[in-house]
Amino acid sequence: MNITRIGSVAAIAIASTLVLASCAGASEGGEGSSDLTGTLIGAGASSQQSAQEAWVVGFQTANPDVTVEYDPIGSGGGRETFIGGGSQFAGSDRAFKAEEIAEDNFASCVAGTGILEIPAYISPIAVIFNLDGIDSLNMDGATIAGIFAGEITNWSDDAIAAQNEGVELPDLAITAVHRADDSGTTANFTDYLAAVAPDVWTVGVIETWPTEYGGEAAPQTSGVIDAVTNGTGTIGYADASRAGDLGTVAVKVGDEYVPYSPEAAAAIIDASPREEGRGDTDIAIAIDRSSSAPNVYPIVLVSYLIACNEYAEGAPVELVKAYLSYVISAEGQALAAESAGSAPISEALFTEAQAAIDAIK
Amino acid sequence: MSSATATSPVTNAFAASRLPRFSTLWILLASLAVSGVVVGLVTMAGDAEFNVGLAVFFGAVIFAVANYVISLLVEGSRRAADRLVTTLVVAAFTVAMIPLVSLVYTVVVMGSGRIDWDFFTLSMRNVLGEGGGAAHAIVGTLLMTGLATVISVPIGLLTSIYLVEYGRGRLAQAITFFVDVMTGIPSIVAGLFAFALFELILGPGTRVGLSGAIALTVLMLPVVVRSSEEILRLVPNELREASYALGVPKWLTILKVVIPTSIAGISTGVMLSIARVIGETAPLLIAAGFSNNFNYDLTEGRMQSLPVYVYYSYISQGTDFAPYIERAWAGALTLIAIVMILNLIARLVARIFAPKLGR
Amino acid sequence: MSSPAAKLRPKSAQRPGDRVFSASALTAGSLILAILAAVAGFLILEGIPGVLADPNDVSIFDDGVDFVSFVIPLIFGTLWAAALALVMAMPVALGIALFISHYAPRKLAAGLGYTIDLLAAVPSVVFGLWGANVLAPMIQPAYTWLAENLGFIPLFAGPASGTGRTILTAAIVLAVMVLPIITAISREVFLQTPRLYEEAALALGATRWEVIRTVVLPFGRPGVISGAMLGLGRALGETMAVAMVLSGSGIINFDLISSVNPTTIAANVALRFPEAYGINVNVLIATGLILFAITLVVNSIARYIVNRRKEFSGAN
Repeated sequence: MNITRIGSVAAIAIASTLVLASCAGASEGGEGSSDLTGTLIGAGASSQQSAQEAWVVGFQTANPDVTVEYDPIGSGGGRETFIGGGSQFAGSDRAFKAEEIAEDNFASCVAGTGILEIPAYISPIAVIFNLDGIDSLNMDGATIAGIFAGEITNWSDDAIAAQNEGVELPDLAITAVHRADDSGTTANFTDYLAAVAPDVWTVGVIETWPTEYGGEAAPQTSGVIDAVTNGTGTIGYADASRAGDLGTVAVKVGDEYVPYSPEAAAAIIDASPREEGRGDTDIAIAIDRSSSAPNVYPIVLVSYLIACNEYAEGAPVELVKAYLSYVISAEGQALAAESAGSAPISEALFTEAQAAIDAIK
Repeated sequence: MSSATATSPVTNAFAASRLPRFSTLWILLASLAVSGVVVGLVTMAGDAEFNVGLAVFFGAVIFAVANYVISLLVEGSRRAADRLVTTLVVAAFTVAMIPLVSLVYTVVVMGSGRIDWDFFTLSMRNVLGEGGGAAHAIVGTLLMTGLATVISVPIGLLTSIYLVEYGRGRLAQAITFFVDVMTGIPSIVAGLFAFALFELILGPGTRVGLSGAIALTVLMLPVVVRSSEEILRLVPNELREASYALGVPKWLTILKVVIPTSIAGISTGVMLSIARVIGETAPLLIAAGFSNNFNYDLTEGRMQSLPVYVYYSYISQGTDFAPYIERAWAGALTLIAIVMILNLIARLVARIFAPKLGR
Repeated sequence: MSSPAAKLRPKSAQRPGDRVFSASALTAGSLILAILAAVAGFLILEGIPGVLADPNDVSIFDDGVDFVSFVIPLIFGTLWAAALALVMAMPVALGIALFISHYAPRKLAAGLGYTIDLLAAVPSVVFGLWGANVLAPMIQPAYTWLAENLGFIPLFAGPASGTGRTILTAAIVLAVMVLPIITAISREVFLQTPRLYEEAALALGATRWEVIRTVVLPFGRPGVISGAMLGLGRALGETMAVAMVLSGSGIINFDLISSVNPTTIAANVALRFPEAYGINVNVLIATGLILFAITLVVNSIARYIVNRRKEFSGAN
């Protein structure tokens, strides 16, 4: 991959970036990290893309001779590519299932060494709505489930009104917007609904919206945001960083209503147990959606970075280690928080993940 | 519309009564006025705002009916039918212009914000938030579409020549049939096919520009064949026979008579096929991948293209989303501009090479 | 199908130039067959496991759904959207083609033709953005009106979509997308109508409409049908624009204006492919194979119609 420039302006711009890069490298004081060269290939979830963009910019700035490519082809595509050996790391909205890991057919890894999974991208999913003059509403899980299952069809419904005293709710039909494409966002959102309101939300965790629940389908986060913004009386769920001026729902956890925030999203990860039966470096989290701990926001999307524990001959191991270390570092997490609205991972998680990355061979 | 009267065949002015020359215009104005008043009254009664589109629509309907009836009474049914069809044809044209104007307006207004020097000279390497450009995507689109064109146009044109001038029997039948089938390959499948092909050749997970070009070729070929075949068939046989009678060999007849006669149509077909594939997103993402860096090498490394650039600028925006949306629309505007320029060139080619005929 | 021109092959000895030329033309034709065979082979090889898979292993199937019941609503949606688009696009496209070839002043015609060709230059992603963010909100009040006033017609049964992202909107976007294709080919064909025929008709006292009806349209019919087929091919296979505009799910209904619509094969593949893994990928490719087959059938029908009407082909 050659980095060529067009025109003198481009040359100046790139030169100035290099100057910035060397500054950043110096201030970091890393031992010889800028000696790295080569190309690192990753592929996977498009939910992570804006965060990956930030990490790639940060990492390439510190290591000017490195190119990191991330194909946002989707979680499924990313896992398939990683299994086939087409990429050195993958981004995925769910961890590999235990039985998938047991099959042990990862082409780029040494057989029998397993894989490494880090929940590096944690992002709250906001329940957004478009009602004139209303910025925030309180709802419990059952109400949200009722709306998205097509049982609560009007904004003036008692179930909503009872939780929002003093708010003047219009007599307006509800249009519930869901993701048209299969997505990790839908899986995480329905995981929450199924956990807190199993009586109302009876179909469990899904990626594809069931036909009988009706509602409006829109592709990708941007499509949901646009559909909610352009319609009236609309409600949807989307990555919180894109909520913008739309109204958002504060979700009932325990006895209080918690609005979304990166801190509350990170808190639920710390309050949740690990999935059992996994290797030391396989940090898969079973999010406790029905947690009643204080100040946690249970509707979060966790997206994993996946790599080998031991790479087969010829892989750029140093590059993988350096990049993954940058991603989970305070600097990398802060950059992603700023430009992608994600929640930085906790100190404990960082320490554990760093140990796993250091062990990569 | 009034030219309908002017260019009609020579008739005996005394044998048939005709409407005066500007009658159409007067009827149109009267219809619009009536419709405007009616719509105005109705909306005032309903306390709604005056809707210009509605008024024009009803005005057009009233005009079509009035013009037909008046012509029927004065000029007879044949001329009345002629006038009705003229109205319908013009109406069809106007209807088609509405989405075109709306689309172009939207793209120009939204896209012009980022049409600056940076946009055409910078890539997205090490760009976060504002700034950056689409030069790497423009390069990729031109390289991949260019290669696909270089592959498909000769093959497609030769195939259509084979079908029209040489082809007989089973093979020609099979080619015709399967070219039709090829128009039905979903674009994403073409991308998967190219990706699988290059995985076989170059190892797992290979994403290169060449693979993207092959995917586009698969989509482009049937359009080239189908459109140029249709045009070649329309070259009158009298021209071929005249050429043969002068002792010109068949291949020269094709090169010097058949193709120049139809060059305008063929270049339209080629332009259609380029336009058909230059905006493809899904196959290019699968076959050529996604990149924020310049890449001039079709055989090595991922290559960005404008449609992929536009799509991903739109779907994965960061927290500061305005620059992403601006880049998306500017990319769309650039893509349209590229096709327009290619289109102009094709027309120039057609004008230079086409024989000077009567139309 | 034997080409009429081929029958006129002069009986003289073949010259070297002729041999080279015909051989290269033949090679090109065969190459296309080879490419298509490769694509078809790939589709079948990858698709068959998806068709034969145990429904319980396929995570994109709902409970109790197998491949057939999964794909039938998609086939319906694909045909329904494409048919709606073609019904809207055909008359308009013919009108534009005639306007440019026979009605507009010569100088204006070239410019107008160019402007319409411009529509073909708009990438489908942009059509998607425009359809979802401009057209849908603009047309939504009309849907509410239709549902309230014409709700007794099953097509407008409603309840009207709150965002306007219905199958009718998607079909309008598709119609705009196929317009330039049909128009461009029809226009070229109409312009090729032998001048002598037209002048003969005019000399007999025909009005302009009668010239068009008796000379231009019959002469151009195979070309128009070809154009329509190319347009239909595009409408059937269009991915991104439909995926971005249509609010679809796997159902069959004829309601044009509600928010629950059938979706198309191509859009379904595009929306589900990114998250697909394992056998699901094969299932999606198998639906692609079905789309392939649909186009095959539609095109065979069109070819049959064109061939029956061959007597007007210019190469006769």
